[in-house]
Amino acid sequence: MQHKLSDLPTRIFWVVAPLVTALLFTSALLLIVGAPPLQAIWEIINGALESPQKWADVMTAWVPLALVGAGMSVTFAAGLWNIGAEGQIILGAIFATWIARNIELPQLPLLFLIVIAGILGGVLWGLLTGFLKVYARVHEIFAGLGLNFIATALIIWLIFNPWKPARGATMSGTEPFPVTAWIPRLGSTRLPPLAVILAAICVVAAYLMLNGSRFGLELRAMGKNMRAAFLQGIPTQRHMLLAFIICGGMAGLAGALQATAVYHRLIPRISGGFGYTGMLVVLLAGYKPEFVPLVALFFAAIGVGSPRLELNMQLDASLGGVLEGSVVLFVLLGAGLRQRLNHNTRTALETEE
Amino acid sequence: MHIELQNIHKYFGVIKANYGVSLTLRPGHIHGLLGENGAGKTTLMKILSGYQSKDRGEILIDGHPNEFKSPAEAIRVGIGMLHQDPLDFPPMTALENFMLGFDQRLMPDQQAGRQQMLELAERFNFSVDPDTPVEYLTVGERQQLEISRLLALGVEVIILDEPTTGISAPQKVLLFKTLKHLAYEENKSVVFVSHKLEEVESLCDEITVLRRGEVQGHQDMPVPIEELVRLMFGQSVAMPAKTTIELGNIVLKVTDLTIQSEKFTIENANLETRAGEVIGFAGMEGSGQALFLRSIAGLQSVKQGEVFLGGKSLTGQSYRQFMAQGISLLPADRIDEGLVKGLSIAEHFPLRRETPFVIDWDENQTYTQEQIDFFNIKGRPETLVDSLSGGNQQRVLLALQQPALKVLILEHPTRGLDIESARWVWEQLLKRREKGTTILFTSADLDEIMTYSDRVVVFFSGKMIPPISVDELSVEELGYMIGGKQKE
Repeated sequence: MQHKLSDLPTRIFWVVAPLVTALLFTSALLLIVGAPPLQAIWEIINGALESPQKWADVMTAWVPLALVGAGMSVTFAAGLWNIGAEGQIILGAIFATWIARNIELPQLPLLFLIVIAGILGGVLWGLLTGFLKVYARVHEIFAGLGLNFIATALIIWLIFNPWKPARGATMSGTEPFPVTAWIPRLGSTRLPPLAVILAAICVVAAYLMLNGSRFGLELRAMGKNMRAAFLQGIPTQRHMLLAFIICGGMAGLAGALQATAVYHRLIPRISGGFGYTGMLVVLLAGYKPEFVPLVALFFAAIGVGSPRLELNMQLDASLGGVLEGSVVLFVLLGAGLRQRLNHNTRTALETEE
Repeated sequence: MHIELQNIHKYFGVIKANYGVSLTLRPGHIHGLLGENGAGKTTLMKILSGYQSKDRGEILIDGHPNEFKSPAEAIRVGIGMLHQDPLDFPPMTALENFMLGFDQRLMPDQQAGRQQMLELAERFNFSVDPDTPVEYLTVGERQQLEISRLLALGVEVIILDEPTTGISAPQKVLLFKTLKHLAYEENKSVVFVSHKLEEVESLCDEITVLRRGEVQGHQDMPVPIEELVRLMFGQSVAMPAKTTIELGNIVLKVTDLTIQSEKFTIENANLETRAGEVIGFAGMEGSGQALFLRSIAGLQSVKQGEVFLGGKSLTGQSYRQFMAQGISLLPADRIDEGLVKGLSIAEHFPLRRETPFVIDWDENQTYTQEQIDFFNIKGRPETLVDSLSGGNQQRVLLALQQPALKVLILEHPTRGLDIESARWVWEQLLKRREKGTTILFTSADLDEIMTYSDRVVVFFSGKMIPPISVDELSVEELGYMIGGKQKE
């Protein structure tokens, strides 16, 4: 009977209503600053979709968002508030860069090695959070936050010290990698098809694992009630570490791809904030990997489209961020409201002895 | 204060929890509300105490319709409820809990609160120390605390939902004395929700019986027990009798077990059990029996001593290894420890069965349906376990156990269950016993211990009294031992 209120029109309503509200909210903000909302929204849409070049940019931004979203859907399923993806992306990029700078191999094996190294970098950082959580009882939010700061400091130090270009260190990063360490792009666009394929594989894998495997079911049980899951005989500590490893691996892969496919070098802002935006993606996707690709596409499009606001309307591009943030807030608000309306139906049965 | 519930309706989805229930509560009376699990007693009382909303019907207070949307509003009107599981704040002290809700200023007056709490404690002979954190109190003490709190808030109607589960015999005596005092000396209206007939018989002035959300009858006490049973179940049900079997070899051996807890140390506890043997663990809540059994389950670390299963030492192994070798525990807290809230019945089976890494959900669905039919669980495979009643939760927990367990440990196997489910649980346990499983269980119900145990172990303040054969023991003697005395 928990499905009673979830017939199709109702479900569509709860998806559409928060989006419309978020648009209205952003429009109201625009009106306050004296800009025409419709034009602004049109600029964003147009900026994201006007040319194949832009579509390629959207897909390029989609890759890290989908990867982080898929990874975090795994840790969230296990009830872990893993916010360390930002640091895991950075470590992935750093590890990938080390290979690209130090190993000489033909293109294919080199790229393979770079990708593996990136995954390992993310795994290492994720595992550190996991160790702190499991063995030192540091809450994963604080462990993740701390490690994000350390990762940021580490990348800056690397770019400005051991890895600084011969002409001097700048915010524009290291020397470009040798061409053999570049993941090929599609034609004249910035889009690396291989990266898209890898991200898609990760999303599908996360979905299959959570919904089809015993391990995934056990993670979900942990997310519902860690203590009861333990008493059911699930090795909760080991599974927590595994969840961090999986999420770290996917975020690390995102970092490696950013370095080797998008920028062809290590830059201080290599993560592009995708570790944080990815959190919004997974929140909006309701922690479900199957919804991650679509939500990631939406966020990627806003990200690519909003710089247009600066160009054509002299508005700050961060308006795109406002739109993203308000969508997430209104969706969460809608979910809360919906739960409130369903509350009696849901909880009452359990209270009846 | 005169209260009338008129034609109350409450639906949970398609289930009618309350269907046109009417009930009158008069001051100076103890009103028993009876019914088996899922009969709608708790729902009705939660509606009266503002904890849940009603779908239809009216609540008249001294003849005036009244609507309250929260427990706080109900308390302001004068209606307070003691929930089945204490809704308090374990890390806070008794005094802090006591003062919750009635001193709304920024800096509550601790002195006045303490004064009032001690006065109430003296008036009713309660034994709660204001400065003890609630987590160290027994269930009975937490109850006393909550009664004091509601009285301090000035309630005129006090509702108690299954208040005797988990409290000791002396605490029960005190509780009944308190309730009688409240009704007859202070002219309050007391509602006693229970399915324990003896208690209702000894305490209540009038009773209302609910069944499947409807009132089956309202009568003034005394009413013959057979009549109550007929009203509750439609027919009378007998508990299954213990079958006599030949006990097998020694399965479990515990030697010199020493367990340290915050309150006491259990020292050098020894136990040997045979295949098919049932051992009941009696004692006041928190006397050490739970710690002892949890250490046998591999959940509690021990200071010294060993646990042998089939002659093999399990010392130093993990809970999962204990489990893998055939020891299983069914916790008293079925929904917070036993089952995983938020997962469906079907999703529980792959956690416990031999399942390949990739789950065959179709096969699992079929298997779950078979188990549901076999164990007579009221639910569908996709029903979330949290929406099951206590009896059905226990059925799911038993369905999850491997068939060939060596040792099955149960904490309060029938606590909070209706007679039908309790009967069913013991039928299952007796079947397992016949197949050679050793059964260790705790219970606050001495009749249950006497009926089903081969031998009884009593714990008192962390001291284990070695097992006594049930043939050499009477309920009375057992009662004395639980209280730490020997009957002359």
